[in-house]
Amino acid sequence: MVSARDLRRSAADADGGLRRAQRLKRSGRIAGGVVLTLLGLLLVTFVIGRVLPTDPILAALGDRLSGAAYAHARSALGFDKPLYQQFFIYVFRALHGEFGNSVLTSNPVIEDIAHFFPATVELATAATVIGVGLGVPLGVYAAARRDGWADRGIRLVGLLGYSIPIFWLGLVGLLVFYVKLDLVAGPGRIDIGNEDIVTPITGLLLVDSLVEGQWWIFFDAVRHLILPASLLGWYSFAYVSRMTRSLMIEQFGQEYIVTARIKGLTEAAIVRRHAFANILPPLVTVVALSYAGLLEGSVLTETVFAWPGIGAYITNSLLNADMNAVLGATIVVGIVFIVLNLAAELIQPRLDPRAR
Amino acid sequence: MMPGRRRRSHSRRGRDAPVAGAIRPGKVPLHWRDYLFEENPWSRWQARFRSAYEIASAMRHNPLTVAGLAIVALLLLIALLAPLLAAQPPNLQDLAARLRPPGAGAWFGTDELGRDVYSRVLYGTRISLGIVMLVVLIVGPIGLLIGCTAGYIGGWVDAVLMRVTDIFLACPRLILAFALVAALGPGAGDAVLAIALTAWPAYARVARAETLALRGTDFVAAARLQGAGPLRIILRQIMPLCLSSVVVRLSLDMAGIIMVAAGLGFLGFGAQPPSPEWGAMISSGRRFILDQWWVAFFPGLAICIASLGFNLLGDGLRDVLDPKQR
Repeated sequence: MVSARDLRRSAADADGGLRRAQRLKRSGRIAGGVVLTLLGLLLVTFVIGRVLPTDPILAALGDRLSGAAYAHARSALGFDKPLYQQFFIYVFRALHGEFGNSVLTSNPVIEDIAHFFPATVELATAATVIGVGLGVPLGVYAAARRDGWADRGIRLVGLLGYSIPIFWLGLVGLLVFYVKLDLVAGPGRIDIGNEDIVTPITGLLLVDSLVEGQWWIFFDAVRHLILPASLLGWYSFAYVSRMTRSLMIEQFGQEYIVTARIKGLTEAAIVRRHAFANILPPLVTVVALSYAGLLEGSVLTETVFAWPGIGAYITNSLLNADMNAVLGATIVVGIVFIVLNLAAELIQPRLDPRAR
Repeated sequence: MMPGRRRRSHSRRGRDAPVAGAIRPGKVPLHWRDYLFEENPWSRWQARFRSAYEIASAMRHNPLTVAGLAIVALLLLIALLAPLLAAQPPNLQDLAARLRPPGAGAWFGTDELGRDVYSRVLYGTRISLGIVMLVVLIVGPIGLLIGCTAGYIGGWVDAVLMRVTDIFLACPRLILAFALVAALGPGAGDAVLAIALTAWPAYARVARAETLALRGTDFVAAARLQGAGPLRIILRQIMPLCLSSVVVRLSLDMAGIIMVAAGLGFLGFGAQPPSPEWGAMISSGRRFILDQWWVAFFPGLAICIASLGFNLLGDGLRDVLDPKQR
């Protein structure tokens, strides 16, 4: 005899199994997506580096090669093999972190990237903290006061952040705040006299100098960081506040908000506990995208501020036609993009109030 | 029947068709409002005018949108009339008058070769708007076609095309454009190609989302029953309806295109000197920023105004055309 209790239990088991299967399917889909995107990224850079230039050997080694050296380079670099084999070799090497040597610094590209990346991470993180810290609350406020003056003002500040080219704003900012007002430090990450005092642990100057108790270095680094981080942060603010506003407005149009009002909840509670809780999952994606965008936006900023990060590295390599370095850095930044997207996708369901 | 005749008779029939409650044109003196808000429009154009009027009046209530429209119109005018408005040809050098501050002779000063910055900024409008238009003309149709095809046909075609857009969307767009330009070689034409190659996936996404909603509608089924092939349905039934969301997206992106083009020019990968491209002008004025700030300042201001105009207009258009925002 099967009792009602057993039935219920077996139904619950089946239910749990179903949910587990769904979760497994979702993870499988995400993992497959990541692998495919990574392969696609490698394919795109492969096409850019190997197929688009008329002669990749000349592009890599210059045009002063003798005939024998050319033939040697051709077989040594694997260019005599069919394209699909070249691609497999390329993928295999890229997965092992081998992007060749940089022509400019003559180091392996991956070492260069490891050396320059922390500076960019520091800049992008500081900018994200500024952009998200201001963008989310002001975006929510703008949505709550829709079409009022506060809303228009916040939108205009955001649009200005979108509209002002960061390399020009950097130049003007340096002219005003460094040359004329002398409020901040000039280009670079730190004063020349303070260079190489801090031994890199994480590579992030702010963290390392605090860990080692070098207060002067910390303040010097802050003085250098504040201007580029604020300008990049403005750009991030533009994106985050706009997305927050439109996500909130979408929520305000829903019926559950009306229900909450009828129940007599205060407006503050409706905004914070109901509407805002519901926009958290998409907001995570917004923040991840904005962070990724800043890693990229730093290319121009770093050039203006002589910031020794990955953006300046890419620009320098581009100017010197150092394709190994350019493509290696592109792949690394692309992987960071993919990882950030993946992180957002994994965090999302945990924040979704409906999934609790 | 000859095509020309047929069209004429068709339009006459449309105009004279006895529609209940319709006011016939030419018989009653009409106020233009009555014409616009006629319940049963007697021609396709009348319906179009009406929706255009409604969009325009909705936009009019937002002063920021009007400002954006005014800026974009002004830019177009400047680009068209640059030879009339400029004080000098953009590349005319006068080494005796190099690095003059803004004043009566040269409103925005002169650069390191004595060229008039004001005239160069005006001519730069042509280059920036030209790049934007070329990118839009390449990206819009490609994005529409790929998105609509993927959405309508579905199945593995959809899966493959959308996976490709995913890959492009997951790549750092600006850096990819830089790498492309590095491979293709610097120049305005290659900059256009690089921007377009990295920009189309977003439009394919928008068009696909729209197509998925249209695919099951009755009018598409009707067209299919009449024997229309997939290509005809995509081109004639689905693409026109996806156009508005793609246009909104494009207008929002135009400012971004201006910025990327200027960034490429600033780094030396866009339009090459001596062409008066704004980004390249900032880059060459950068050396003088401490004492002769005007050389780099005014081209940057032009970029700000242009992209602010497009941003304001795009924002307003989205508010009007995107029902999700209402």
